[in-house]
This record gives sequence, structure tokens and C-alpha cells, in this order.
Amino acid sequence: MKPPDDKTAGSSSATPEPADSDPRDTGLPLLRTWRGIYLFVFGCFVLWVVLLTMLTMIFP
Amino acid sequence: MNLLDYVVLLGTMLGIALYGMWLTRGRHNLDSYLRGSGDSRWFVVGLSVMATQASAVTFLSTPGQGFASGLGFIQIYFGMPIALIIIAAVFLPIYRRLNVITAYEYLGQRFDTKARLLGAAIFLLQRGLGAGITIYAPAIVLSTVFGWRLDVTIICSGLVVIAYTVSGGSDAVNVTQKYQIGVIFAGMLAACVVLLHKLPAGLGLTDALTLAGGMHKLQAVNFSTDPRERYTLWSGVLGATFLMLAYFGTDQSQVQRYISGASLRESRLGLMFNAVFKIPMQFFILSLGVLLFLFYQFEKPPVYFNEVEWKHQAEHGDASRLQAIETDFAAAHDRERQQLETWLNARRTGNSAAETAARAAVSAAHEEVETVRAQAEMAVDPTGKKKDTDYVFITFILDYLPHGLIGLLVATFFAAALSAKAAELNALGSATTVDIYRHVIKRQASDAHYLAASKWFTVFWGLVSISFALSATLAENLIQAVNIIGSIFYPVMLGLFVVGFFLRRIGGTAVFWGALATQVLVIALFFRLNISYLWYNLIGCAACVLFSAVLQMWLGPNNRSTPTPAQS
Repeated sequence: MKPPDDKTAGSSSATPEPADSDPRDTGLPLLRTWRGIYLFVFGCFVLWVVLLTMLTMIFP
Repeated sequence: MNLLDYVVLLGTMLGIALYGMWLTRGRHNLDSYLRGSGDSRWFVVGLSVMATQASAVTFLSTPGQGFASGLGFIQIYFGMPIALIIIAAVFLPIYRRLNVITAYEYLGQRFDTKARLLGAAIFLLQRGLGAGITIYAPAIVLSTVFGWRLDVTIICSGLVVIAYTVSGGSDAVNVTQKYQIGVIFAGMLAACVVLLHKLPAGLGLTDALTLAGGMHKLQAVNFSTDPRERYTLWSGVLGATFLMLAYFGTDQSQVQRYISGASLRESRLGLMFNAVFKIPMQFFILSLGVLLFLFYQFEKPPVYFNEVEWKHQAEHGDASRLQAIETDFAAAHDRERQQLETWLNARRTGNSAAETAARAAVSAAHEEVETVRAQAEMAVDPTGKKKDTDYVFITFILDYLPHGLIGLLVATFFAAALSAKAAELNALGSATTVDIYRHVIKRQASDAHYLAASKWFTVFWGLVSISFALSATLAENLIQAVNIIGSIFYPVMLGLFVVGFFLRRIGGTAVFWGALATQVLVIALFFRLNISYLWYNLIGCAACVLFSAVLQMWLGPNNRSTPTPAQS
């Protein structure tokens, strides 16, 4: 890979790809879209915070 | 350790080394050395990302953190799922589309050379200092097992890790990490079982949780809005999200892990794997620390867990003073244990008045124990900076686990420490070669030349980390020290990428000077303010965006703007 040419830095050839143009299929049986996976991950996070909060409150 | 442990130790170390070399034989070009073969499946990517972050520092130091301060440290991981979702959705598609070897190549393409060099320089500075801390992990293992001084083991393990990295490359790190992490988890589960088995008979789960809660070890979530409190829900969700965004999204040692995925899907799933499992994993490791704390309430621990240092002080310092501290500690620990038993008996009889009184007595007795331990720390180091919590778990392993398993765990700890160091040095070598040497110093050379240069830079950074470790004194435990250093430099690096991704009107000159001004500001705030280090990640990133925008307004319109994913 050649070093990037400063003259072309920031030119349209280096335009980053939009995130939503990626393949939508995740290949997973239940969570078929990336949005679904992100929501699932966020849900797991919220569940953990709730459980840890309960632990903190039950054994102060 | 006995003969069986040493046989297992040697066999495991040799097995890991030979297996890694066999799997990565014949790799001689720069791209595969730096980036790996690019065919990793999501599970390998996920484990590799996890192992690079977790590493032996986590496994050695986090139980000690749980032992000393309870579960509160888990809040630093609250930002991780949010950060990984953002990286998977925004950062990763850009890196893969541009086919970059280092994250800082993106800065060169989006802005200009000076922005790329600034990003690479901040990474090198931050990671170079961090490498001087993480070298302690394998050194602590060696020091505890063989009874050698820490400075000797820092040099030994530093030289071994340099040889390992230069002879291996990224894939050798990957292929061995997934097995190491499996063995370490198995060992931690075994340690957990042994700990539960060795707790006093009749101490049920509720009793254990009540004792741990009563001694402030189960405060997992802190709702305080005081910015001086290090770990709170707010510093975790807001500050740590930016820390994790910077670490996973812009630190070459992590970017290198997940861009090696066979496809965007594999890389994304690898990141989501970490987003789901990191918090429960850290909860388990911190809980192990809390269990260790409970265990050592009933079994007398060493007054100072770094026993090599303690013996050295006894031989070369005031031995009678240390002896007096040990005697005081034994008496204080015995009183605390008796008060704990009184508390448990009061709980079992349902006498709430006696329980309240016993609980207060336990607190007083525990304070007495902590006072003696503080005296021991002062006896070892009059500045009180040297902490021994990183030695808690390895001491337990050596003292209480069955032989054979001790050898296996020590070998795996050491190998994991080597792998994490190898990944770190590999990233430092590749960023120096690709972003600075190939970009500025020698532009037209053969692939073999750059590969050799990368290995020499790896050696250079290895020597820098050894020198830094020998000259520095850790005032925090390893896991916190790494995050504190990151929080000083990461915010600016993240700011560069955030401007690049989302603010298309800002050009290279504005972001360069904006980032430099922010770095000065963050360092000044770090030394002037008394707030949780996690907040600097949010403050620094916001300041970098703000300064860059104001500078761009002052400089006038940027004519070399690039459409960004958020706006295209």
C-alpha cells in the first residue's frame, strides 16, 4: 500500500463509505438486521445496570 | 510451586510458543505481519479484541481492585456497549472501505499529513507510556513465582516479549490469545470454586453477601453527582463512553484487531460479542476480588501482598519495625475475625440490636486492620505510593490452588501478559513504520525494508517501555494506571476522528491546532482539577471539536472538505 498522497487528501476518492450502505443481513437466525443487534446489545446493557443497581440497594 | 508445577509451566510455555510459530510460519510480508491475514472469523476477532483489552493486567489487577474497593470499578465498563455500537456502525465501515493498516491513515486521507502525524504521535506517546505500565504484568508474575526483585523481572520479561513480538507478528498473537484466555477463565473459575469451598462452614450466600455489603464491597452503582468521585453511573455512562470510543475506535492496538476480520460482518459481530460479554466478565472478575476479600477476613493474609518486596525490606531495612507491624497485623486481623463471627451469630439468632452493634464493631476492627496495612505500605515505601493490590490474586493462586493447576495458571498468565504486550508493541511498531517512517522519512522502499523497519521500531518501543517501567513508581494499581494515562491522551485523538467523521467543513489546519490546544488544556486540567479522570475524555473530545470549529471559522471556509458518513 502506497503512502497517501497529500495532494489528494480529503478528495472525494477518499470519501468514507456511509454506514447504512453495508449489507443489512447479519447472518444470525433471530437478529437479522444490524439495528436489531444494536438494540439487543443496548438492552443487555440496560439489564445489567438494573441488576447491579438492585444488588447495590439490596446489600447496602 | 513444586516439580509438577514447573513441568506444567515449562510445557505450557513451550507449547504456546511452538504452536504460534507453526501457525504463522511463512509470513514474510509487511501487510500480514502488521494486520494479520485478514481472514479471521467473528469469534476470533471478538476474542482477540477481548484479550487485547483484558490481558493479564485485567486478570492480575482487577481481582485486587475488587479486593480493595469492591464492585464500583465495573462502572467504567458502562460506556463500552454504547461505544462499541457507535464504532461498529460508523468507524468500522470507514476503516474497511479505506483498507487502512493504521487508523491514522484515515486522518491523512480526510485532513492532511500533519493531522495524520499528530494522531500517530499522540497514539505513540500514550501507548508508549502505557506499555511502560503493562510490562509490570508479566514482571509481577515472574517476581511472585521466582522471588526475584521486580526490576530484574521487568528487564527479563521485557526482553522476552520483544523477542516474542519480533518473531511472531499479529497472527501469532491472535492464535495463542484465544487459548490463553480460555485457560485463564478456567483457572479463574477453579479459583472461584476453591474460594467458595474454603469459606467458613455455615457461611451461606446471604451471609456472604451481607458481610460484603456491610463492608462496602457491593456498591456496584453509585448515583452520586459529585465529579470528584472516581466511579459513578454518570462518569461511567458519559465519561467512559468517550474513553471506550477512543480506545476501541482510534487506538491502533484495537483497530488492528478488528480490521483483521474476514468481512465487515465478522468484524462487527466480533465487536458486538465484546459489547455483550464485557460487563458480565468484569463483574465476575471483580466478584472474585470480593470473594478474596471475604476469604481473607477469615484466613490471615500477608500484611503486604508483595512478599518479595517485604522480604527485601526486612533484609535491608528496619527488620524489627516490620516484625512489629506483622505482630500488630496478626492481632488486628484476629480481632476482626472474632467480631465477624459475632456479627454472623447475631444474624442467625435474629437479634437485630446485637447485629447492629456487631456490625459497628466489625467496621472499627476493619479500620484497625487497614491502618496497620497502611503502616506496612509506608514501611516499604515512605511516600506510600507503592500498592500491593496487584499481588493479591497471584498470591492466592500460589498459596491455595492445587499443584499442577498453579503451574498451568502461572504459565497462562505469563503467556497472556506476553501476548498483550506483543499486541501493544506490534501496534507501536506498525504505527511508527506506516504513519511516520514510510510516510515522512523513507517513502520509496521495498516491502521487506518496511517489515524490517517495523521490527526494529518494535524493539525500540520495547526498550522504551522497559526503561519507563524501571524509572517510574506506580501510584495506582495497573488497571487504573492504564486508564488514567489513556484519559489524558485519548480525548484529543477521539476529537480528531469525531471532527473527521461528522464535521465536514473543518479542515486539517484547524483540527491540528485545535487538537494541540486541547491536549495542553487536558494536561493542565489533569494537574489542576480534582475530578474523576473519566470526565477528561468527555471534556477533551468536546474541547477539540469546539476549538477546531472556532479556528475554522477564524481561518475561513475549508475548500478541501470531504463528505462524511453522517451527512452523505
